[in-house]
Amino acid sequence: MHGSHETGSPYAPHTDDGRDAMLEAVGVETAADLFDIPAAVAFDDEFGIDARTERETRRLVRSILERNDDLTELLGRGHYGYYIPSLVDHLADRSEFLTSYTQYQPEVSQGFLQALFEYQSLLVELTGLDIANCSMYDAATALGEAATLADRVRDTSGHRVLVPDLLREGRRSTLENYVAGTDLAVDTYPTVDGNADLEALEERVDEDTVMVYAENPTVRGTIEENLSAIGESATDAEALFVLGSDPVALSVLQRPADVGADVVIGDASVLGLPTSYGMGLGLFACREDYLRQVPGRLVGASEDATDRRAFTLTLQTREQHIRRERATSNICTNQAWVALRTAMHAATLGSTGMVELANRGVRRADELAQRLEAVDGVTAPVHDRHHLREFVARLNQPAQEVADALEERGFAVHVVGEHELQLCAAGVTDEQLDEFATAFSEVVR
Amino acid sequence: MSDERTTEETPIDASQVRYDQARYVENGQYEPLLSEKDLTRVAIGDADAGEDGAAKRVDSPLPDDLTRDSLELPELSEPELARHYTRLSQMIYGIDSGPYPLGSCTMKYNPKFTEDVAALPSAAVHPDRSGQSIQGTLELLYRLQDYLGRIGGMDAVTLQPPAGAAGEFVGIRVAAAYHEHNGEGHRDEVIIPESAHGTNFATAALGGYDVVSLPSDDDGRVDLEALEAALSENTAALMLTNPNTLGLFERDIEEIAEMVHDVGGLLYYDGANLNALLGRARPGDMGFDVMHYNVHKTFATPHGGGGPGAGPVGVVEDLDPFLPAPRVREAEDTGEGDEVTYELFDPDHTIGHVHGYQGNWLVLIKAFAYIARLGDAGLADASAKAVLNANYLASQLEYDVPYEPFHHEFVASAGDQDAADVAKRMLDYGVHPPTTKWPEIVPEALMTEPTEIESKETLDRLAAAFNAVAEEGDGTLEDAPERTTARRIDQTSAARNPRLSWQALADDE
Repeated sequence: MHGSHETGSPYAPHTDDGRDAMLEAVGVETAADLFDIPAAVAFDDEFGIDARTERETRRLVRSILERNDDLTELLGRGHYGYYIPSLVDHLADRSEFLTSYTQYQPEVSQGFLQALFEYQSLLVELTGLDIANCSMYDAATALGEAATLADRVRDTSGHRVLVPDLLREGRRSTLENYVAGTDLAVDTYPTVDGNADLEALEERVDEDTVMVYAENPTVRGTIEENLSAIGESATDAEALFVLGSDPVALSVLQRPADVGADVVIGDASVLGLPTSYGMGLGLFACREDYLRQVPGRLVGASEDATDRRAFTLTLQTREQHIRRERATSNICTNQAWVALRTAMHAATLGSTGMVELANRGVRRADELAQRLEAVDGVTAPVHDRHHLREFVARLNQPAQEVADALEERGFAVHVVGEHELQLCAAGVTDEQLDEFATAFSEVVR
Repeated sequence: MSDERTTEETPIDASQVRYDQARYVENGQYEPLLSEKDLTRVAIGDADAGEDGAAKRVDSPLPDDLTRDSLELPELSEPELARHYTRLSQMIYGIDSGPYPLGSCTMKYNPKFTEDVAALPSAAVHPDRSGQSIQGTLELLYRLQDYLGRIGGMDAVTLQPPAGAAGEFVGIRVAAAYHEHNGEGHRDEVIIPESAHGTNFATAALGGYDVVSLPSDDDGRVDLEALEAALSENTAALMLTNPNTLGLFERDIEEIAEMVHDVGGLLYYDGANLNALLGRARPGDMGFDVMHYNVHKTFATPHGGGGPGAGPVGVVEDLDPFLPAPRVREAEDTGEGDEVTYELFDPDHTIGHVHGYQGNWLVLIKAFAYIARLGDAGLADASAKAVLNANYLASQLEYDVPYEPFHHEFVASAGDQDAADVAKRMLDYGVHPPTTKWPEIVPEALMTEPTEIESKETLDRLAAAFNAVAEEGDGTLEDAPERTTARRIDQTSAARNPRLSWQALADDE
């Protein structure tokens, strides 16, 4: 199978003459002669995958994806579908950003390194912590990395990481996989009315605890009111206080550094990515004390031979390609391009825009809850708390029945209990919100 | 490039190649940081405007005790941002800029149309949507699982791991769960060749395993005697890539597989070098039990400056029940009409999640489109030309290539020169250098992988750059690079005095 332009890879630019000259220079008749594969394990069959033209392939993917229903999503829990300014798509798609690799040669990679340095700086401002890395895969893997960090930096031996009982299944399960190779075990503390049950938490925290994890806002969209107290109970036990959040929430909510957080994790892709079936960008920031134990890549400032400021990957002795089994993490390829998009989206918003986007999340959740509460048999929000972006509503009839009926009318909502729906107002337009309120009042008895 | 410059009679003269990367200098700095263009502090809630240097005040609907006092970020206009990011992009070398033979990274061309299909509005779905409402997403995932299974010779595939190293972690966790399930939880060692990717070691350690390092034999392959000595009833797995990082095919793979299986261990395939095998050999046929695929390498999804990638994992039938949850399958009840429907399910003995949701979906779409575009003929052609290109390029170099016969990549030695200096000088010739100083088996290693996307003319230009540098004296190399945005960067001071944010830079002044 030699392949020509017609039948081979469309991205291999060889001419027949060029290929023949290369074969001659190497001293073989065909490229197949270069494969040093024993006959017993050679593959001489076909995969049965038809080649297609670009046009046919586009049509194929389009026709498959058209099976997705076009629903208005009132789903949140970490993915919000905020409007992404066109600038982000157009500039992030510039091929130098898209087609470069990790910046192992910093002299030809200044643009990406600077963009990542600016992303790190964004997180430092949002969290108030000293350092941020330039990405983990998503919030769940960042939480796993926070636990293994806690295991490394804590002086005394301890075996428990404490998480809220409402933690999303994907996060909890990922965390359990990350700690499976350590002596750590995942344990929960109860929540009350959506927030941490402070008294119960304080009882659970002991010297065996290496990490206490809390979220703000919580998975139910409530704003956590006892962050400083949670942090104190963790600190008293010499455990790390790890806080889960996201860039939009951090624009207005209490600064993690001010409530004693040692590490902040979360999903930064709430800015810069559409709802990409859960594709994310793990935010990871921490206090400077853990600099040599931080997982993932760090971009630092230095100088070049002309004494001008220049950027480079730094402290790579923590990383797997240098330290191998003693590395702080196995992460190599991360979410750099998503970090670029997040930084770009944040830059288009600026300080005022970021705060207003977060404020809008508070106001719209309140407004939608009020509209739904006006419907007979509905309690919204269920939790007597402040909310950001989303809230839980209680119904008299089975929630799944209402969700199904809403889906038929073009709206996706989240069932979180037999009689409870979770609703998120962040990623939809005013018009869509009006349509939803109307549909809701029609399907709720 | 004109025809006459590409003929054998008139080889490319590296001295005639002039490359200059964009460089913006303002106030003695390259493109200023956003924070140096503007920083606007906004006071939040009841805080008085002007306090804490705040230029503006924004009311908050939340009580003061739940909010921060202020936020300080740049506020720039869209045109200013467009110029900033355009300038930054011009100060980056990508695969669309020129040759990028970074060994083991498989920097192949990223087709443009795959960006368009991943950007289809119908691709933007929330991960908590009902399965019924995202049949398109589930079908595409199902089809990609099927494609990858065929290509790797594997019985089942999960698409959840968001990168190659994450795929390794799944492989190790699945192996652990399998052994545990069989009452063999005592197996606590993973064997890894010394020349393996660093992620293998880190992954095994993250999985709680002791690493047993395996030396190479004189011809650069697995030393079977050393392997025999390393294997025991404590062996959980052997992690191997084939071809290995020297580009050499492990010819004894059947025997290796037998030896590992004989002691009850599993054979793990690191898919980093799969591009060399497309349509020629399959890990499943070689006796591998579990493997990961690096879609950003083999299946041409963009590397994106270091991600996102995707690292699907394939396994043989015995390991299928342990794969991460959830997976996609055809629904038994296809409902009304003829169309097949798809559903998510949790494997019987699943290890659970390794990602909050389903990995890097937008990347998976691109990989699917790439495979569907190439088909059997295109995939086999890619591996043939990747191997031809590596062999041709090596044949044109003045540097010594100690180990052969290699496949898609080779490791040259810079000899008396410092490989890192060679790399810096190559940048001046408008090409990205190979991976340097690794694997350590070869002194001053230049690990080179041109991939199938380069023509003979480009390979000649690349060889000319290598050879020009081979003849240059130390002084030139130490002063390189000269034509890139930044000149040689001081790595030591970056690590000694870490400044990792614009806030840290400001504190420093």
